[in-house]
Amino acid sequence: MAEQTVGRLDPRPGDRLRLVSVYPELLGTYGDRGNVLVLAARARARGVEVEVVEVAPLAPVPSQGDLYVLGGGEDAAQSSAVAALAEDGGLAAAAASGAVLLAVCAGVQMLGERFVAGGADVPGLGIIDATSTRMPRRAVGELVVEADPGLHVPLLSGYENHGGGTTRGPLAEPLGRVVRGAGNGEGTEGVRQGRVYGTYLHGPVLARNAAFADHLLGLVLGTLAPLDDTLPERLRRERLTAVLGSAAG
Amino acid sequence: MRLPVRTRLALLAGGMAGGLSRAARRGNGTTISGRVALVLDPQALSRLARGRRSAVVSGTNGKTTTTRLLAEALRTHGMVAHNDRGANMPTGLVACLARDVDAPLAALEVDEPWLPTVVAAVDPRVVVLLNLSRDQLDRVGEVALLAHRWRAALAVPRSGSVVVANADDPHVAWAAMGADRVAWVAAGQAWRADSVLCPACSRLLARVGQEYSCRCGFRRPQVGWRLVDDPGRDGGDAGTYVRDPDGRKHRLDLSLPGRVNQSNALIAVAAAAQMGVAVDEAAAAMARVREIAGRYARVDLAGRALRLLLAKNPAGWAVALDLLRPPAECPTVVVAVNARAADGRDPSWLWDVPFEALGGRHVLVAGDRRADVAVRLAYAGVELEIVDGGVAEAARRLGPGSLVDVLANYTAFDDALAAAGGRGTASTPAASTPDAHHG
Repeated sequence: MAEQTVGRLDPRPGDRLRLVSVYPELLGTYGDRGNVLVLAARARARGVEVEVVEVAPLAPVPSQGDLYVLGGGEDAAQSSAVAALAEDGGLAAAAASGAVLLAVCAGVQMLGERFVAGGADVPGLGIIDATSTRMPRRAVGELVVEADPGLHVPLLSGYENHGGGTTRGPLAEPLGRVVRGAGNGEGTEGVRQGRVYGTYLHGPVLARNAAFADHLLGLVLGTLAPLDDTLPERLRRERLTAVLGSAAG
Repeated sequence: MRLPVRTRLALLAGGMAGGLSRAARRGNGTTISGRVALVLDPQALSRLARGRRSAVVSGTNGKTTTTRLLAEALRTHGMVAHNDRGANMPTGLVACLARDVDAPLAALEVDEPWLPTVVAAVDPRVVVLLNLSRDQLDRVGEVALLAHRWRAALAVPRSGSVVVANADDPHVAWAAMGADRVAWVAAGQAWRADSVLCPACSRLLARVGQEYSCRCGFRRPQVGWRLVDDPGRDGGDAGTYVRDPDGRKHRLDLSLPGRVNQSNALIAVAAAAQMGVAVDEAAAAMARVREIAGRYARVDLAGRALRLLLAKNPAGWAVALDLLRPPAECPTVVVAVNARAADGRDPSWLWDVPFEALGGRHVLVAGDRRADVAVRLAYAGVELEIVDGGVAEAARRLGPGSLVDVLANYTAFDDALAAAGGRGTASTPAASTPDAHHG
């Protein structure tokens, strides 16, 4: 991960992380607030001082955060949220200045060029080069993803529940390859463009995949000391085994 | 009751299938018998409901409790068909009505997505709407969509019918406003995170206390029924009262714990009143209820005394965490969670529950999804111990002595009840269709 940690010091006591949770009441239908809890807890465990900014629905989004989290939401919430985010501009400014973004499910669709909600074609924020459309049928169930080798994380486990699929443009890479489930709908899962990450993995994704949480934190904080991850690792392996059988890992 | 030959044959066949299912120990047979009957006579539900005065109860939380309280009130006026085994989809309703063919009254709990179908078939005198919040998103679907479907179903005019609706829940209020006649009840809202947006126009709702309003004109309706707490300072008896639309106060003394059950009783009293049961008579009948299908009951399991609390979605868990006895009285708590078909396959809702409230206690984590719960509690900073198994295995781990509170979701609760020798209501894993969806 050397290229991602250039110019960063390893975290020391007194280091700060500004973690911004975008419209959690609107974009948190599937337990996605868990991603914020996990990031905050794992940074604090490394002695980092964490400030969690929960942006109330339609309030201004600060552009000076280090790490932003967008969750999933129902169609109406998604449409309201994307209109407000476009008008506000804070999230796009943060992304342009190099903040790390994690968007889940409806969050991914909102970051792209366009998506479909409530039967209508809705303009997205254009932060990532991707477009989302309706899939023939809703994808519901366990999702297993082999992440891009550059991420240095083991098999990702999550639960997907979405009606939209996502097509990447040339600027966006996938997060990984689908091993089981639907993901983007064409064999890949999620998007990655610079420091912006999108995924259809719920669970929440960072609760099940500690290494992915540390990957995101590492982009901001540099090399991280290991934590005792017996419990999250037990959960990840258990879910993988449930889907893939005993050879999972 | 006079039933067409076809329906009678269908029930006969269904009854036989139910007997076989019971004999094979695959569930209690309720659902299979209803399913067989509905295949042979698709009109069985409406034929069985015809000529009865029925009330149907739906909502994310409180269905089973409210329906039971309402059934007790109606029983003061006659025999009541009541799906107290929790089978709340059309198959279960058919089985329930067929069991009590001669009951002139019916109190039926209905699974939320099935409400439109059931209202059309049963033509109920009263439709009780409790609340709508996130629950089993993999199966039930999203809250706003459900509210739309309810509203469309209730907008169909039906003479002599009234909707008894919780005005404190914006989705419920919006759905009920589609109906001709509505009795509005202030039954509270334990969970607001799913009603941030106006159900009518999707703008952000303005909230002040219990009131909510939107620029589009949608607002909380004027309430007829409410709870009043009297501290007893003015010489009256201290306690909780039901205030009816005429402003009269009626004492409400429940054996069931918590504000949430007072709210369930309030809306049940309002529903019973629409069916001719006097408020005091209804409240007295409800006061005698001590447990609901094993909930709140003290049971003995592996020689340990447990108090079972059921919760199955974030709103229900928030309420159940509130019902725990204080840490000094109950330092150890069991939390058991499954994610079988009847529970919903996706337990990510665990992260919406304020489990931080368990801080300072020792938590035994059990159930099929104990690994998910353990991760949730660990990140909440709660001291935990994983038990390989369900509530029964956790009970064996407990030391002898005092009563321990158990929080469990639907099938985990049911397994515990069955292990304690109580009546299980869930379908077995072999019969994996979610027939019963408890409220």
